[in-house]
Amino acid sequence: MLEVVDLLKTFNPGTPNEVRALRSVTLRLEPSSFLIIIGTNGSGKSTLLNAVAGTFLVDTGTITLAGQNITRWPEHRRARLIGRVFQNPFSGTAPSMSIAENLALAARRGQPRGFGWTLNRRLREELRERIRSLNMGLENRLDNAIGSLSGGQRQALTLIMASWLKPELLLLDEHTAALDPKSADQVIRLTHEIIERDRLTTLMVTHSMQQAVHLGDRIIMMHKGQILHDLQGPERARVRPEDLLRRFDDVRRREQLDPAVAELLQQRYV
Amino acid sequence: MTLLIGAATIGLILALLALGVYLSFRIFHFADITADGSITLGASVTAILLVHHTAPLLATAAGGLAGMIAGGLTGVLHTKFKINGLLSGILVMTALYSINLHIMGRSNVPLLNEATLASQVESLGLPFWPSGELLVAGWRVSLRDLMMLGGMFLLVSSVGFTLHLFFKTNLGTAMLATGDNQQMIRALGVNVDFILILGLALSNGLIALSGSLLAQYQGFADVQMGIGMVVWGLASVIIGEALVGTSRIGLLITGAIMGSVLFRLLVAIALRWGLNPNDLKLITATFVFVALVAPGFIRKLKSAAPATPAAP
Ligand SMILES: Nc1ncnc2c1ncn2[C@@H]1O[C@H](COP(=O)(O)OP(=O)(O)OP(=O)(O)O)[C@@H](O)[C@H]1O
Ligand SMILES: [Mg+2]
Repeated sequence: MLEVVDLLKTFNPGTPNEVRALRSVTLRLEPSSFLIIIGTNGSGKSTLLNAVAGTFLVDTGTITLAGQNITRWPEHRRARLIGRVFQNPFSGTAPSMSIAENLALAARRGQPRGFGWTLNRRLREELRERIRSLNMGLENRLDNAIGSLSGGQRQALTLIMASWLKPELLLLDEHTAALDPKSADQVIRLTHEIIERDRLTTLMVTHSMQQAVHLGDRIIMMHKGQILHDLQGPERARVRPEDLLRRFDDVRRREQLDPAVAELLQQRYV
Repeated sequence: MTLLIGAATIGLILALLALGVYLSFRIFHFADITADGSITLGASVTAILLVHHTAPLLATAAGGLAGMIAGGLTGVLHTKFKINGLLSGILVMTALYSINLHIMGRSNVPLLNEATLASQVESLGLPFWPSGELLVAGWRVSLRDLMMLGGMFLLVSSVGFTLHLFFKTNLGTAMLATGDNQQMIRALGVNVDFILILGLALSNGLIALSGSLLAQYQGFADVQMGIGMVVWGLASVIIGEALVGTSRIGLLITGAIMGSVLFRLLVAIALRWGLNPNDLKLITATFVFVALVAPGFIRKLKSAAPATPAAP
């Protein structure tokens, strides 16, 4: 279970570039729930995920995961509990290392690294079987540099890496946004499959209202570093993409946005 | 012949420097200038211990260990105090200059009358060739030179092989990945700061070992001996990469060793032909500059070519 209480994060405090990226965010996530986060650009979605993952420490507030207060833990320590897929397909893998090495690194996520061999025959076979199930034809390219793969293939592998050891929490930050529609579909299907299979507790950021409505069991909408809407239960079950778009419209009206900008937003979110 | 054997031996000794530079520069993409200080540190620690009649093996190990501490310090400055990598190296290197002077008590310590690894290796062969000389392909070669060459070959190949194996372990793979993608390896639970400190310690340990052996081979330690050594190591690494032409770690390690020997041989020949020794560092620096810039330049030429209309 994830519990986030009263998170505050200000970037560049006291300078002209000061940004209050999180203003008192409180969130409780039941085990095995799948939460979708939507919101305008700069609303703090990534900042929330980064705060949970430990990319930086928050100014105030507490983060509890699996019964442990991880608020002051460094990122590498939190990795024992958290699996992550980034927006940029290049971020999740080590490009010059082989597919097998990348996966083997993930097979020890959060564990001490000593002088044992990274790869042995058994692990290789396990990796091969897992990759075969992707149906991407990668099982025969275990020793190829992972940098030679397409973005979609890399994102699929990153997902497998993030979930190889069952994480207490899976963080997905627009992990299909940089992919072409076909690869994005493929990765979304895989995401769904893995989360269902392992009943993973998941936080996923997306700009696609389709994804927001068809995946997950709860939706929050963020705005200016705060949670504006929290849709769960029957309300969540009834929601359609149009409803979510209307809520974006409301926000925009309140902000009195320039119509040209509004038009752009509309294009991006549909 | 003696000239070539000597050059090859120094090439092998400096191959340890090349391996160290390979580690920091190619794996971590970290331009670590500490090398200039740590190679001298290895030499000075070993020299002063030898003068005080420490067992050569122990004195050599102590030299390497001192280098590890220096490298680790650079790593700490960079990761814990957030000082720019290049500057961290410069700070430690500069400090080491004074420290080396303090260790030696003067700027030069001769070792000609001390028991060194070199003299020990030579004495291993004496029972077989009591004259202290032997004939190789009709050339008279001193036993000392030949035993040193063989000894260095064994030592450097086993260091290279160990390094190769290390990169197949969990820790070694984590180190490679740290150089490749820090964001990723952090998300997989690796303490990147620790790995960087460890990597720089390892790198400078190898470099100091190189300095320690160099001092014992040439029979003195000198506070100036480290100047420009990073560039020297880099040149070896670049030649090695050109020789093996792949990105496989095992081959690159072999390449760095071969590159160092080849480079030293080329230099020996050039000096023999009358190259002014004072120009050596200038030429080395120019070579590294060209080798670093050329690949990008060639790529640019290639990609620009189709766009340029053919001359009528
Ligand atoms: N490391 C940082 N340093 C300074 N400012 C930052 C940093 N990270 C985020 N910000 C700022 O914090 C605010 C929230 O950013 P965040 O990345 O969380 O938005 P987001 O909701 O993920 O937006 P998007 O949909 O564009 O990804 C933005 O104004 C951003 O410029
Ligand atoms: Mg974002």
